[in-house]
Amino acid sequence: MKDLLEVLDVSKNFGDFQALSNVSIKVPKHSIFGLLGPNGAGKTTLIRIVNQITMPDSGQVFIDGAPLEPHHVQHIGYLPEERGLYKSMKVGEQALYLAQLKGLSYNDAKNRLKHWFEKLEISHWWDKKTQELSKGMAQKIQFVVTVLHRPKLLIFDEPFSGFDPINANLIKDEILQLRDEGATVIFSTHRMESVEELCDHIALIHESKKILDGKLVDIKRQYKTNSFEVGLSTSNKNQLKRLIAERFDVTTADFKSLGDDLKLNVKLGSGDRSDDLLAFLSQNASINHYRELIPTASEIFIQTVKNNGL
Amino acid sequence: MNHLPLIIKREYLAKVKNKSFILMTFLTPLIMVGLITLVTYLTSVNNEKVRTISVLDQAGFLKGALVSNDYTIYHYLESMDLETAKTLSNQNNSYGLLYIPNHPLDSVSTHIKFLSEEAPSLTFVTGLESKIEIRLKELKLEKAGVDLSKIKAAKTYVNLNQQSYEGVKTSKSGSFMKLGFGVLSGYLLFMFIIIYGNLIMRSVIEEKTSRIIEIIVSSVKPIQLMLGKIFGTSLAGITQFALWIVLLGLLMTAASFFLGVDFSATPQNDMMTEALNNQAANSEIQGLINDFRGLPIFNLIIAFILFFAGGYLLYSSLYAAIGAAVDNETDTQQFILPVIMPLILAFYVGFFTVLEDPHGSISIVFSYIPFTSPIVMLMRIPFGVPLWEQLLSLTVLVITFVITVWVAAKIYRVGILMYGKKPSYRDLVKWLKY
Repeated sequence: MKDLLEVLDVSKNFGDFQALSNVSIKVPKHSIFGLLGPNGAGKTTLIRIVNQITMPDSGQVFIDGAPLEPHHVQHIGYLPEERGLYKSMKVGEQALYLAQLKGLSYNDAKNRLKHWFEKLEISHWWDKKTQELSKGMAQKIQFVVTVLHRPKLLIFDEPFSGFDPINANLIKDEILQLRDEGATVIFSTHRMESVEELCDHIALIHESKKILDGKLVDIKRQYKTNSFEVGLSTSNKNQLKRLIAERFDVTTADFKSLGDDLKLNVKLGSGDRSDDLLAFLSQNASINHYRELIPTASEIFIQTVKNNGL
Repeated sequence: MNHLPLIIKREYLAKVKNKSFILMTFLTPLIMVGLITLVTYLTSVNNEKVRTISVLDQAGFLKGALVSNDYTIYHYLESMDLETAKTLSNQNNSYGLLYIPNHPLDSVSTHIKFLSEEAPSLTFVTGLESKIEIRLKELKLEKAGVDLSKIKAAKTYVNLNQQSYEGVKTSKSGSFMKLGFGVLSGYLLFMFIIIYGNLIMRSVIEEKTSRIIEIIVSSVKPIQLMLGKIFGTSLAGITQFALWIVLLGLLMTAASFFLGVDFSATPQNDMMTEALNNQAANSEIQGLINDFRGLPIFNLIIAFILFFAGGYLLYSSLYAAIGAAVDNETDTQQFILPVIMPLILAFYVGFFTVLEDPHGSISIVFSYIPFTSPIVMLMRIPFGVPLWEQLLSLTVLVITFVITVWVAAKIYRVGILMYGKKPSYRDLVKWLKY
């Protein structure tokens, strides 16, 4: 099996409200999968179905090729968006309890917790009450508890909300390391920077439907417009611009540069290659800046949602 | 996987370690004993006041009829007129003046007066009246030529040996004991449901507001969490109740030992002991023991455990569902009322109907309706309920319990993940279909 998680044709209604309509996704093993979508699109419902918190009205879910069953919760680590801890319980006690609920024995849980607490340099929190922790501190505990039982599938719903940049980086590195150690990670977010950095695959959900999915690079390739951003130094900007416009589609670009350059976005025709543009430009001016315009995840997100919203 | 023991343990410890829980456990008996001590003390202070009653007996009927005791001293005045007697009794600080004018025996009773500064208490007046009545009656009988000693000799006490057709002995005092058992167990269940049902509800709300709930239900089934909560809280409740009983006992003993407060020393008790002494006390106590033996003890204990557990679990699952449905405690009111209503109804039906007529049709009907049956049936059982009736009622209770837990679990499952809007009853019905 190359997919760790397969969601097949899943639908879910809450009364008259349709939360998911025939959604299918495949999450390859050892990948970081971004589940994207605007607020209220159905991401959390889908995640809850995978966690067996909510039952789907129709459709199936497979883990490692086997239909989803209650015992699978042991192989899943889930950090929900709405997350908290028991306020009056001590940090250590609480972490032990949550770990045991995931099927770890008391001793295993204790040893692994010690290890993680040392790694994150939070050992002195063990006997603190949770209500004494700051939000970021509590999130660290929640993260540790989520990954402690070494789940095959990790699901993070908006993991970075509430973290300061330093801790966010720390957690990001931990997630990457867990992926390298063999875990598969699902990310649900609407924060595109983290998607760009982390995800190999994405699926875009909008108004209960999946409207886009695949490898991030493939999607980017599919969405790119063969456009290039160029910065040229020349004595006569207007003349040069007219010259290029005769040959290619040209619009004015806006980016930061040191000199007083002619800044253009140049779109290639269907038969043209990047080399053709470069050769053409170098004949007529000196090139200070040359970059292919690759759509960011954010742009793809906005564009797709807009197209589907109409 | 079965995480129930783990959840029960956590819920139990979370309750037992809670500061306000510990405080309540130790403060409640202290306050109760303190109050009882205070009340008993005040009553005894009130009683210790010695009252002097001046008696102006112009007719001479009451000679020797009023005997002074620790609390009341009867002071017979020499013959004088009423005005002098009034001033005299005022001077020597008498509580009041009893005035029997010189009238013939037949008509004197309507002319007897009691004069006092403040209105005397009802018990005092009744006591005095009965003493006078007895004496006047004796005098009248004597006047009619009846030999009083013969009447005294002819006096007979009857205490019916009650028996059912099956030959089971019953008695009046037995009825009191049954009544006591019924009321006590019904009241215990009532209190237990209200106190610990609320505790369960609050702990569900706490899980929602602290937002830990979704982390938990990604590991365990919501119904397991709900049952774990109910059982854990119940165990904490049993612990608290047991501690209360032990502490109450200890404190009562300590209070009566150190403070010298005699909890049985109320005037009413004195009168009862007196009454008991008059009738053959020994056989009475023997009777009590027999009555106790005559109670269906085994049946009572088993029934108490089963109906208590059934009734409590039924109601506590409802409390858990309410907790899941709302976001904060202020929103619980509208849902709690319909839960408490049948409980109160059961209690009143038990109190007013069952004790009056344990086998009447109202008692029987309410001892089958599952939301009232635990309390009503527990009150009925001491009076003897056929086994098949008990089993039928228990079966209905268990079936309802299973249905209620199922419904509650549904509401719970959906409700714990719902934030924001306070749900209506229609929403709750919709949730059952999610």
